Amino acid sequence: MLTDYLWAFLVGGGICAVGQLFIDYTKLTPARILVSYVVVGVILGGLGLYQPLLDFAGAGASIPLTGFGALLAKGVREAVAEQGLFGAFSGGLTASAAGIAMAIFAALVVALLAKSKDKS
Amino acid sequence: MTAKDYQAAAQKAIPPSKSYKNIPMAFLVGGLLCVLGQAVINLALSFGLEKDMASACGSISLILLSAVLTGLNVYDNIAKHAGAGTLVPITGFANSMVSPAMEFKSEGYILGLGAKMFSIAGPVLVYGISASVIYGLILVIMG
Repeated sequence: MLTDYLWAFLVGGGICAVGQLFIDYTKLTPARILVSYVVVGVILGGLGLYQPLLDFAGAGASIPLTGFGALLAKGVREAVAEQGLFGAFSGGLTASAAGIAMAIFAALVVALLAKSKDKS
Repeated sequence: MTAKDYQAAAQKAIPPSKSYKNIPMAFLVGGLLCVLGQAVINLALSFGLEKDMASACGSISLILLSAVLTGLNVYDNIAKHAGAGTLVPITGFANSMVSPAMEFKSEGYILGLGAKMFSIAGPVLVYGISASVIYGLILVIMG
């Protein structure tokens, strides 16, 4: 149980530290880093390289945005196995639907309720 | 002052990269967010949820937490010190939606709040979903 948390911390922290390296030593903007992380996650997930990390580090691999990419790839792989070509289009969003819907709905509600900080 | 002297002087004037501080902070904050996610996953598992759903619960909880903290102007203050530690986790994705949605509410609910919410999340979805569709097509062709 305790090792769950230790590996989640080390692997998740490590993935974030790599992102910080990109911020400090390259001209990649945060938006480009997020896009790259998701696409890298899809590629690693597609090659079957991300699942071992998920099994090993749990949230340390699923919470960073590479985990979102790997989830898209996993959804597509499972849907293609069941539904063929149709699954190539339905699988990604089906697997990630809960997270995307939660993010959109929470963003709407919070933005409606919150006051933006003074920009002056 | 020769060009060489100038370059040396300019080099000295550039503030030193704070990587020695940035990278440990990103590691620490990013790691702690993942530990929090793991706590939610373990809790969900203890309630008998299956693995995939427990993992989704971890992500959804962190998205909700990030949205609320962004609304309270807390998340962006942490982000100033944590850099990639608050950017790379799924909380950073949620923050990138809530933050512009709040800021551009004044420009209207449709083209302000509704559209600007996706100024960063949009590209992430465009390239992430497209990459997954390409992967699916490759699987079908190789099938």
